[in-house]
Amino acid sequence: MQDKIVGRVKRVNGPVLIAKGITDAKMMELVHVSEMRIVGEIVKLNGDEATVQVYEDATGIAPGDNVYGTGMSLSVELGPGLIGNIYDGIQRPLEELRGLSGDFIARGISTSSVSHEKKWHFHPLKKVGDEVSRGTIIAEVEETDRVMHKIMIAPDFEGTGTISFIAEEGDYTVEDEIARVENSKGLESPVTMIQYWPIRVARPVKERLSLDAPLVTGLRVIDTLFPLAKGGTVAIPGGFGTGKTMTQHSVAQWCDADIIVYIGCGERGNEMTDVLREFPHLVDPRTGQSLMHRTILIANTSNMPVSAREASIYTGITMAEYYRDMGYNVAIMADSTSRWAEALRELSGRMEEMPAEEGFPAYLPTRIAQFYERAGHMLNLSQTEGSVSVIGAVSPPGGDFSEPVTQHTKRFVRCFWGLDRSLASARHYPAISWLDSYSEYIDEVKAWWARESNDQWYSNRQKIMELLQKEVRLNQIVKLVGPDALPDSQNFIIECCSLFKTAFLQQNAFDEIDRYCSVKKQMKMLSIIIHYYEAGQEAISKGVPMVKIKRLSVVQDIARMRFNISNEDADEIDKLSLKLDRAMMQLGSIYDE
Amino acid sequence: MMSDDKLLKNDDRKLYSGREYRGASRIDGPLVYMRNTHPVGYGELVEVRGSDGKIRSGQVLDTSDEAVCVQVFEGTDGLSLPGTSMRFLGEPLTLGVSDKMLGRVMNGLGKSRDGARNPSSSDERDVNGVPINPTAREYPRDFIQTGISVIDGMTTLIQGQKLPIFSGNGMDHNQLAAQIVRQAKVRGGKSEFAIVFAAMGVKYDVAKFFIDSFEQTGVLDNVAMFLSLADDPSIERTITPRTALTLAEHLAFDKGKQVLVIMTDMTNYCESLREISTLRGEIPSRKGYPGYLYSNLAEIYERSGKISGKSGSITQLPILTMPNDDISHPIPDLTGYITEGQIVFDREMHGRGIYPPINCLPSLSRLMKDGIGEGMTRDDHPHLSNQLFASYSHVKDVRNLASVIGEEELTETDHKYLEFGEFFEKKFVAQRYDEDRSIEETLDLGWQALSILPPEELQRLTEDEINAHYKG
Repeated sequence: MQDKIVGRVKRVNGPVLIAKGITDAKMMELVHVSEMRIVGEIVKLNGDEATVQVYEDATGIAPGDNVYGTGMSLSVELGPGLIGNIYDGIQRPLEELRGLSGDFIARGISTSSVSHEKKWHFHPLKKVGDEVSRGTIIAEVEETDRVMHKIMIAPDFEGTGTISFIAEEGDYTVEDEIARVENSKGLESPVTMIQYWPIRVARPVKERLSLDAPLVTGLRVIDTLFPLAKGGTVAIPGGFGTGKTMTQHSVAQWCDADIIVYIGCGERGNEMTDVLREFPHLVDPRTGQSLMHRTILIANTSNMPVSAREASIYTGITMAEYYRDMGYNVAIMADSTSRWAEALRELSGRMEEMPAEEGFPAYLPTRIAQFYERAGHMLNLSQTEGSVSVIGAVSPPGGDFSEPVTQHTKRFVRCFWGLDRSLASARHYPAISWLDSYSEYIDEVKAWWARESNDQWYSNRQKIMELLQKEVRLNQIVKLVGPDALPDSQNFIIECCSLFKTAFLQQNAFDEIDRYCSVKKQMKMLSIIIHYYEAGQEAISKGVPMVKIKRLSVVQDIARMRFNISNEDADEIDKLSLKLDRAMMQLGSIYDE
Repeated sequence: MMSDDKLLKNDDRKLYSGREYRGASRIDGPLVYMRNTHPVGYGELVEVRGSDGKIRSGQVLDTSDEAVCVQVFEGTDGLSLPGTSMRFLGEPLTLGVSDKMLGRVMNGLGKSRDGARNPSSSDERDVNGVPINPTAREYPRDFIQTGISVIDGMTTLIQGQKLPIFSGNGMDHNQLAAQIVRQAKVRGGKSEFAIVFAAMGVKYDVAKFFIDSFEQTGVLDNVAMFLSLADDPSIERTITPRTALTLAEHLAFDKGKQVLVIMTDMTNYCESLREISTLRGEIPSRKGYPGYLYSNLAEIYERSGKISGKSGSITQLPILTMPNDDISHPIPDLTGYITEGQIVFDREMHGRGIYPPINCLPSLSRLMKDGIGEGMTRDDHPHLSNQLFASYSHVKDVRNLASVIGEEELTETDHKYLEFGEFFEKKFVAQRYDEDRSIEETLDLGWQALSILPPEELQRLTEDEINAHYKG
């Protein structure tokens, strides 16, 4: 990394400053300002002046201070050691920083993002003379007990080359030269376990593939009603206190992605601490290993510098793409993209740009689109398949979904989990509204569900969605004339929907059994509720009063099955179904006579 | 003025720091512009002297080759362009912290207001603070018993939490804050709370109410007050909470005290920010508030919590009055996105004479889930509060229905709900100013309320809990 004076500070006005006398600087170049070595990035060039956005508090910077250029863009360091780490918005490891500066974050500290001392057990997969090109996997390192870290040729390697040296199996640090590659022109270049990649540029892939599998989250309302595909994008908008963060946490904990990148972008410090303390103790229901062994955390809390908040989203997605390139399914949680958009607005205001809607810069939609487009199911340069799914929380001011960030986000995502304040007030969690939400991935994941559920999922889902829509209309009538005015057959629809809401849609994140619901259990739970509806309607048509059906003891069992029946015993629900049949038959026989 | 080729090292700047410059080029509200100074650092503290000889303090808001823009905390009344002189101190605004500040009354900048001399301190702290490293934080989980049922039972306050009170003009938020200060205790622990009180733009009467209330309960020696009253320059308010929190951090993290910070009224703070932002000609965002309001508020609210390995904690109770009782106004809205929940006052309940007029449905404590239950409050607390929320939210539906079809038309169960709602508001929520209920009393009262409802309506409780506590 070069380090030379490229200019001098002219004006300081918060986190944006203007430098003059710029001789040799590039757009988006990483710079250091003053002798305090405050990290910054060049965001605008104009004649011999440059606008620099700094990633730390600007207090004390004065006109005349030096601006040092580094010759490279703001980049992340990629290599083994990322997993399980916790970073700030510009990929500085927070644990390390604590060792260097104590409980509070001091300014101007820099340290490498992954340990340069730690030795990894290196296992070569290629040998001398093998042909390689960009992205080729040449070796692997066991990063954690569930992540095999693939060492790849950097994506900016040109043409093809041959391996002229590769280290033997053994323990090496990330700085050690573990291979050398000779390109077609006969030039040799060393390969280490570390790569650098600019955060604002998407890592290249061979091609985009269509999406075909759902990201299973264990949350019933998501998996069954509004599924997200692996490689898809979803927005979770909701006013404060509606449970965005809780939903994100649940998905981060239980979804079946191989790697999770959790970005706390302008979040609360205590909430991040909760994640930090909780994740290492949580066990993945599928593998029985700690969830931290697949998670990277980025914590840029709301009181940390605003420019770093703006960068944190890109830092996160670049790390996600790196693991995707190895062939993993990666899920990113960004909480919250509104804080990121507000950071854009704040910086744009400091640069005195002309604002568009509600003070946001005119390029807001472009930036949102660029971010979400980095998601996808890809055929990688290494010929492996991987995906990046993006789950972005949106915090609309006043809970009003018509504001610019929500509206623009909706244009670029294909799945929408709208959180509803009235549900949250009634402590109905997850407070995902079944009326506002939608998923465009239904058709894409239909085949997958058909395999898992003997073709029942799609039709059952249609049935229940129809009932929920009917219920809205019926409830309007009830509001006007009271419940007694409706016939039993219609009252029973309201009854079934409220059972569906308490027994299926609600999910207790703190209950040992209920917090994760397997696909099999979800499918059976949905079936029995549909069955209850159909059998009930049949009985009502025979003249059985609804109250009798409602008071069947098996209905209480159905209402509590989410707590009482574990994922392993999902077949118990079949027995419940038989019990329901018997009870209905008995009831029917009384009224038949 | 410095020429371009003359390169300054940090040490050189120290030499300049004593220099005094005379003659401002422009004065606009609290902002003073001066040309031809040495290169001044962003955020530096400034001493501004008028021709009357009075020294005011200020801070650098914008610095460039051409001019420096300084905001003067004590206001610019009486300053003239040629008669103004400035000294740049080369360091940011600091507060000399000491635990002797407890029992004292100071202004927004931490200068003595009660006539006595400021306690001497060698420990000067930057009032802007630095962010706590998220990995150094300890997750707050110690329950604070406030003795107020609706808070303890439904929106439990936790040590290290920031829980604002969203109120409106004319409601009893001050009484509630004073009551919390009087009654707050950590269960089982003997540690007392030290109280840091910051008043921004409130009337003298309000400040007096708090002083009297602290005096009566004998906690005054444990209170440090930072008062920036309604007739003080509005710009001073923008620094008051930061000064107060700087002392709070010292008390909590150096002296190991449990600190309760009361800040009233945050709305006035935000108004002052807007005033300065407008004067500087910044591009406004919602309702004219600056685009950085969120980051700015976060810098205040995030200075609470606990640090692992240290025994102290900072718990914040900011009070803000919602303009026009509108919870979606930018101030309560942005606050709610930063704080760990909110306590929301309800005008209608206030009108019906219910004190505290807390509407528990929009109220929330995000840290509650880990601070209640067995070993902390009582094992039935989580499900009980959950059930109370669900049932009370149904009460609202029933009331709406009743207003359309008439009470007579309601089903028997719905009548029970109305009865439950009445009991909940009048007996559970409502209590006297001096009533200090233990958590057991609160929870039993909750069960008493639920016992009005038939047991099959209580879906959020387990059968064992119903058997143990239900009195129907």
